[in-house]
Amino acid sequence: MSKNNNNSDNKKSGIGNLSRRSFLRMSLFTITASGLSILHLQPKADAEETHNSSAKTYKMEDYWWGFLVDTTKCMGCGACVRACKAENDVSEEFFRTWVERYEVSEDNTVRVDSPNGAYNSFPKDHTEQGKVIKGFFVPKLCNHCRTSCCTQVCPVGATFTSPDGVVLVDRKHCIGCGYCVQACPYGSRYVDHRKGYADKCTLCYHRITKGLKNACVQACPVEARVAGNLLDPKSKIRQILKECRYKVIKPELGTNPKCYYVGLDQEVN
Amino acid sequence: MNPLGDNIIFDFVFPNELHVVWSVMIVLYPYITGLVAGAFIISSLYHVFERKELRSIARYSLVASLVFLGFATLPLLVHLGRPERAFNIMITPHFTSAMAGFGYIYLMYMSILAIEVWFLFRGELVERANESQGIKKFIYTALALFDLTINEETKAFDKKVITFFAAVGIPAACLLHGYVGFLFGSIKANPWWSTPLMLPIFILSAIVSGISVIIFKYFLVSYIQGFEINDKCLKTLSSFLWGFMIIDVCMELLELLSISYQQTGEWEILSYLIYQKLWIPYLVIQLGICSFIPFILLGINTIFDLKRSTARACVFISSILLLCQVLAMRWNVVIGGGMISKSMRGFSSYFPGIFEKEGLFTAFIIFTCPFIILYLVDRIFPLFKFKGYDQETVALTTDEH
Repeated sequence: MSKNNNNSDNKKSGIGNLSRRSFLRMSLFTITASGLSILHLQPKADAEETHNSSAKTYKMEDYWWGFLVDTTKCMGCGACVRACKAENDVSEEFFRTWVERYEVSEDNTVRVDSPNGAYNSFPKDHTEQGKVIKGFFVPKLCNHCRTSCCTQVCPVGATFTSPDGVVLVDRKHCIGCGYCVQACPYGSRYVDHRKGYADKCTLCYHRITKGLKNACVQACPVEARVAGNLLDPKSKIRQILKECRYKVIKPELGTNPKCYYVGLDQEVN
Repeated sequence: MNPLGDNIIFDFVFPNELHVVWSVMIVLYPYITGLVAGAFIISSLYHVFERKELRSIARYSLVASLVFLGFATLPLLVHLGRPERAFNIMITPHFTSAMAGFGYIYLMYMSILAIEVWFLFRGELVERANESQGIKKFIYTALALFDLTINEETKAFDKKVITFFAAVGIPAACLLHGYVGFLFGSIKANPWWSTPLMLPIFILSAIVSGISVIIFKYFLVSYIQGFEINDKCLKTLSSFLWGFMIIDVCMELLELLSISYQQTGEWEILSYLIYQKLWIPYLVIQLGICSFIPFILLGINTIFDLKRSTARACVFISSILLLCQVLAMRWNVVIGGGMISKSMRGFSSYFPGIFEKEGLFTAFIIFTCPFIILYLVDRIFPLFKFKGYDQETVALTTDEH
């Protein structure tokens, strides 16, 4: 009986079998530990994402970069868009990546929107006629095509494909004619008139060559975006491509995109 | 694309497509090069194909061609985001791009025109150098490259050179303008541009606009300077204009027919573009008013012997309408295609500003410049009333009446 009484007292004074003193001590410890882990989170995360600890020994010939978007996972939060803008200092009115929302109504009306590139995600009070029978989000970015139109049409060679498969722009050489913008079938390029040269997604080349993740990939909370080395059979992108059915956008144009989409609907252009 | 059929709303463009990339300046560029190519063809009809009735206008056409060419690059320079790097296109050309050849084609054509014009003017330069004194004499001598020899042999040689370059210039003119058409026609991302017909359409429309502008200027200069128009010359120009415009408009209709008959996946957005966005500039102006009326007027003038004043009115009105037709064609190609979103689900909006960098005022200034230069050249070296050494190759309009 006395033991039972003690237990009931303990329950009253603390949580479970803990005394108030123990509880406070554990709370303090937990808070301190959490704080320390948060402080160390960034370096730890960076350490995790190094590719074969190759930051200093990056050899372009060992890489052939590809990108994968799992549209079944994307929830349209726009974190990728914000991360990209912050990381790459992208002008307010242009986008290196954006997210599109597709809504198919009962009457087969297909509505697509991407307000401000989904920088602020999507408004919930979206005007809609009829019941939406299907809805999904599709993140978009440069497809880093193997036979890219933009590289072909650049009259001065400012746009080029790096040996590791990333389509880049030499902004000090670009004349800003806009031919590449017209030639890109994916709307991924723009000429920022304040700067005067063409710009686009670089796959965060400054990061991936140091063994870091792309800004959008790192920001995505549901791992809908994966970038990786297509030459490495053990890379995550190769594993997903092996296991899942995927598609590229506008394959009929023969650009051979290296941005692969899992769960892509035929409504997507 | 839905199992029960599509119900697409054309209201979505990619976020980077809010602005049309190629605007008025890119409309103006092929328009000016078209005038260059067309005007040159007229001069070559005289110099190479010996259409003697075009003597009155051949010299003016050639000089006009050179002057227009001098301003053809100006719209491009205004358009470039980094105009100070314009010469990169020649310093580091990337030959997988059709645009990389621009600088070389332009230079080649400019050289052909400049050489031909110089040989055409050499006799007069020598004559003026011999008649002048002091600084004027030096300038004319320098312009004649310090060789004042004129005899039957040099005249024959000059004529041969002119004929040679007039002949070489024909494919060069086609290349210059066909290349512009190819630039558009080779962009597979844009269904409105991506057609092999774009190249011949651009060449033919260039000839139409070139002949039209020369006819228009012929009327204008004759009115200002008070000389009579050579009706035989006008009739020939009118016939050529009629013929070329028929082929040109047929090609344009063929393009419309093929895209509407094929009904490919892009037909939905193209039909929306044609029937909604470009209803007025394409169907009403380009293919309607500005094609149909000149077709009738020029046809009547070519087939029947009209009264002089009626014939002149027909040709003059037709020339203006066809200048508008070709301008509308350039607009519909460049702006129409630029408005189509690559999402195939919407259109960018475009309305030209007036005083912005690539606005209407800049376009007006650029387009006016060659006409001012032509006026000044005509003041120094009269292009219609000319008494040079070589009566064979020089137009002397007043002698023909």
